[in-house]
Amino acid sequence: MCAQMYYRGKMFGFVHLYNGQEAVSTGFIKLLKKEDSVVSTYRDHVHALSKGVPARAVMSELFGKTTGCCRGQGGSMHMFSKEHNLLGGFAFIGEGIPVATGAAFTSKYRREVLKEADCDHVTLAFFGDGTCNNGQFFECLNMAALWKLPIVFVVENNLWAIGMSHLRATSDPQIYKKGPAFGMPGIHVNGMDVLKVRAVAQTAIARARSGEGPTLVECETYRFRGHSLADPDELRDPAEKAHYAARDPITALKKYLIENNLATEVELKAIDKKIEEVVEDAVEFADESPHPTRSQLLENVFADPKGFGIGPDGRYRCEDPKFTEGTAQV
Amino acid sequence: MAAIFQGVGAATALSPSNSIASKKFQLPTRRSVSARKRGIVLVRSDGSLNLGLNSRGRRDQPLITNAVATKSDGSAASTASKSGHEILLFEALQEGLEEEMDRDPRVCVMGEDVGHYGGSYKVTKGLAEKFGDLRVLDTPIAENSFTGMGIGAAMTGLRPVVEGMNMGFLLLAFNQISNNCGMLHYTSGGQFTIPIVIRGPGGVGRQLGAEHSQRLESYFQSIPGIQMVACSTPYNAKGLMKAAIRSENPVILFEHVLLYNLKERIPDEDYICNLEEAEMVRPGEHVTILTYSRMRYHVMQAAKTLVNKGYDPEVIDIRSLKPFDLYTIGNSVKKTHRVLIVEECMRTGGIGASLTAAINENFHDYLDAPIVCLSSQDVPTPYAGTLEEWTVVQPAQIVTAVEQLCK
Repeated sequence: MCAQMYYRGKMFGFVHLYNGQEAVSTGFIKLLKKEDSVVSTYRDHVHALSKGVPARAVMSELFGKTTGCCRGQGGSMHMFSKEHNLLGGFAFIGEGIPVATGAAFTSKYRREVLKEADCDHVTLAFFGDGTCNNGQFFECLNMAALWKLPIVFVVENNLWAIGMSHLRATSDPQIYKKGPAFGMPGIHVNGMDVLKVRAVAQTAIARARSGEGPTLVECETYRFRGHSLADPDELRDPAEKAHYAARDPITALKKYLIENNLATEVELKAIDKKIEEVVEDAVEFADESPHPTRSQLLENVFADPKGFGIGPDGRYRCEDPKFTEGTAQV
Repeated sequence: MAAIFQGVGAATALSPSNSIASKKFQLPTRRSVSARKRGIVLVRSDGSLNLGLNSRGRRDQPLITNAVATKSDGSAASTASKSGHEILLFEALQEGLEEEMDRDPRVCVMGEDVGHYGGSYKVTKGLAEKFGDLRVLDTPIAENSFTGMGIGAAMTGLRPVVEGMNMGFLLLAFNQISNNCGMLHYTSGGQFTIPIVIRGPGGVGRQLGAEHSQRLESYFQSIPGIQMVACSTPYNAKGLMKAAIRSENPVILFEHVLLYNLKERIPDEDYICNLEEAEMVRPGEHVTILTYSRMRYHVMQAAKTLVNKGYDPEVIDIRSLKPFDLYTIGNSVKKTHRVLIVEECMRTGGIGASLTAAINENFHDYLDAPIVCLSSQDVPTPYAGTLEEWTVVQPAQIVTAVEQLCK
């Protein structure tokens, strides 16, 4: 649906779809409490939805409307939700990992310095294989292991960083091995199987919650579409794509549920229909939502708008009524 | 918030001391309401003027008091009190930090060598023993990541103070400072606040070499969403530190390597300095001199000479580098009609460049002459002492510039 809306001109810029990797997001995030934090990358729509951000808010944000989760100011790559503790949505790769480390640090700080004994919030940091060659990744692995922060580093290894194959970019492509080098367990899991991911996630999150420290989990997964909607995706071998398409996590789960008599075809079809309705409703809501007005431009730049300074007339600029209308010069 | 140029109290004599154990700037009690500034000129034994800010050597020098007659102020009596305590600038920063950490348990410090070592400039001395290793966190050498960690902590409820051991090291954290620190409040639609303080010593020191002598205020000034302040006296150092910690905005506090040993008497009671206001150092009539940080002292030294030559410069320490306090600056321009900016940033793209543009835009009609901006040379700071001296603006250049401007 996102792609359809994009090609119809409802949204612009860089939009990165998550098709094929759903098992990773679901497997991990569905185990979290509301107070636990999730930090993601630009491929964050599904992380937002999994964490509980309403579909309407996500779709509005993609359309750039004021009703979006970030008032239209963030866009596809910057999904934030304070209520659901989704700490973003980062455009540069690796940028979010220190932020996740900081959130984990807060959790530890609250427990040990502020003496909130029941604070066991866990942070999950999602990022890709390309990020694993970035300095911030290694620096944060070091700090997290050093201070035993309650964080799980989840690598969504989809083997491709736009057009750069992981094997061409990395000296040792087995990312999970880099965990023990820093003093934390490194686990590899088949990222196309949601139940396997969930099992691994359970141990990793429990480990973090109990204060034993971080874990590095490498989920081998695949994105069925290009890196973004602007990516023609010509470089990847069709055989490789077919190999992983056969392992579509959603169809695999469906098969599993039916084979083990956990759900019937009829029930699953009903769920499918419900999802379609939610999506249609989200699109309709987003379509009908208003665009941001001019006055929204200068809001939110500063938490304390006195940061815009004192104008020549001696008053704070933010006190000028023309300021909020967006007509004042800043 | 209102303008702060009021008259200054009468000058009092300072008994000259010929046996100064260490070079310290002695300043009387100051309040922003009634500003009184008395500078001291330190003369080298060979007779040449010393810039007076190198606190590393011992020199025997006579103190020369300022003989300028000053206007009296109604409330001068209250500020001439003997209360308050004498303190060095780095101790004032530490005092401010400690008071804020006592006041709010969410305030924490992160940086290299801030804990056990006490800070490479002793600003966090004693804090780790008092508050613990987690609250005063010794980080590994990973500026980008621990600044990002500070930002993540700020987003989730803490109020971190991130120290760059030298401001130049924060170039490694530019990613986090620009993308996350400045922008996340906006891109999250106002959901997350980032009440972080990033501080550290910068500026040209005493032959520290090019990379340790950088002026990061010019690089950071374009980043939307951050505020920048520069402290220059123990009084405003403590005040700005406290205000920055209490502010909900991300604030970058610029200290200067050579100013840490300045001594001043500051009030005992709790006070903060407004983050957006400039400080009137010396009211005058002929020319407005705008400056900040270390250059304030070069300007005051030049002011001595100018006064002896019959000029009456008005000196304003702009303090708030982003945003500019256009009210104080504007009132001054409207009075004197001539502006001289003295800064330590480089000529290209520095704070002075932005300030020139801002004043031209807003107060063009009040100017009788083009704005003169004295900045450092566009060179990497050389190691050699003589070359380094020529890189930054010296008092003699300031005097010449004022004379030119006031022709």
